[in-house]
Amino acid sequence: MSRKKNLFYGVGLPYVDATDLTGKLIVVEGTDGVGRSTQLEELKKWLEVKGYGVTTTGWTRSPLMGKTIDEAKSGHTLNFNTFNLLYAADFADRLEHEVIPALRAGFVVLADRYIYTAFARSAARGGDRQWIRKVFGFAVEPDAIFYMRITIEDLIPRVINSKTFERRYWEEQSGEGLDYWESGMDIRLGDDVYDSFVEYQKVILKEFDRMTNEFEFQVVDAAKSFEETNRALKQGILAVLEDEESEEKSRRH
Amino acid sequence: MARLFDQPHPYPGILIIVEGIDGSGKSTQLELLQKWLLSSKYRVFFTEWNSSALVNETIKRGKKKNLLTPTTFSVLHATDFSDRLAHLIIPPLKAGMIVCADRYAYTAFARDVVRGVHPEWVRNLYGFAVKPDIALYFRVPIETSLKRILNGRVELKFHEAGMDLGLSDDPRESFRIFQSKILEEYDKIAAEYGLTVMDATMSIQKQQAMIRDIVRERLKDYKPAPFLQKKENVYVA
Repeated sequence: MSRKKNLFYGVGLPYVDATDLTGKLIVVEGTDGVGRSTQLEELKKWLEVKGYGVTTTGWTRSPLMGKTIDEAKSGHTLNFNTFNLLYAADFADRLEHEVIPALRAGFVVLADRYIYTAFARSAARGGDRQWIRKVFGFAVEPDAIFYMRITIEDLIPRVINSKTFERRYWEEQSGEGLDYWESGMDIRLGDDVYDSFVEYQKVILKEFDRMTNEFEFQVVDAAKSFEETNRALKQGILAVLEDEESEEKSRRH
Repeated sequence: MARLFDQPHPYPGILIIVEGIDGSGKSTQLELLQKWLLSSKYRVFFTEWNSSALVNETIKRGKKKNLLTPTTFSVLHATDFSDRLAHLIIPPLKAGMIVCADRYAYTAFARDVVRGVHPEWVRNLYGFAVKPDIALYFRVPIETSLKRILNGRVELKFHEAGMDLGLSDDPRESFRIFQSKILEEYDKIAAEYGLTVMDATMSIQKQQAMIRDIVRERLKDYKPAPFLQKKENVYVA
């Protein structure tokens, strides 16, 4: 069932007519390495087979900002407030150029992360929670938010066994197994990158847990097998889409 | 953090900012003030709105491809400001210097609201900013500002006239409409944030004398750090 109450979280976009957004915005959230992207790929195929128009949107991949954010990340000189704002600019760009037009065209928009990632990362660095929520007050409220929940004990082996862990070390310029940012190395919560990763991710997981009630996350157990997690996500998505279809039917009758 | 902008800053330095529409004479006045401060052996650091390398490229790219919506435009400028605040404004304030800023967050409040964002939203966006010790707003009628800008050059620049907003095909008319709206916003901001309103139609000398009085008063309880009290000027504005 769709949880949506308002069009926007905060003051919205005063200059945008968003009354005709007939599509569905479905968000999959969860920490780094929990397996969101793999799940989303599979969900997209599944929905398309069912006949839905599907578009996906990621985090920090806008044509306008992608390059700027990569440059800023490699520089390591930005304070976290500036990063918060860079992410907000990127999000605004994707929202207005990708998400809203797709929703207007009746697409199912699958979002790999949404504003909650920004909230968690900001809070982990001591940022004001109210401030960052208002900054993202132009965000469209999703129809459903699936939170892929995992404990730190289950997360660690998954990240270390992942393809990216080795690829990052051998093939990427950084030469790191664990990612600098995903380990919160800018705030260094431990003596080395591993210790920092563990401590940082614990804080992030706690922030996500905190937001579960606030934003009505639907919790999906991500510690289970890919298939089991996938089945749970599909069930949740079907409930959102079928809810809409039955509404449509009752309108026609 | 959201409240930071409403509270006096904890740093030993002094932050002086000037605001006003293009052609209000604010930059001239700030320059004269700096000359006086430097001649009085104070350590001064000067900074301008929208000048850091990080976001400049993005803004340029966005303008070229016409990708910038009012919200991205607004957040990008806030990002730029956040970076300059951390790297250029807070260090001299911590060092106990006098920072002179040509335009500040109020510029964004006025301009971005005219471009369509929500007034409350943009005020919150800049919640991390340091509150100025002295904020001067140079109020001037549109016609005076237009005359001053066109004096010495033939045409108005595209963005200066707000031509991208499609208010009018005639640059002068567009400028008049755009800057009038900005002026309206500035008046609201000046009341809301208690900016010192300067009558910018007065003579340059008269305005400068008034500004120096205001600054002199604030300098009474300003104690520069001992290492800043050298004879020679280290920082040249």
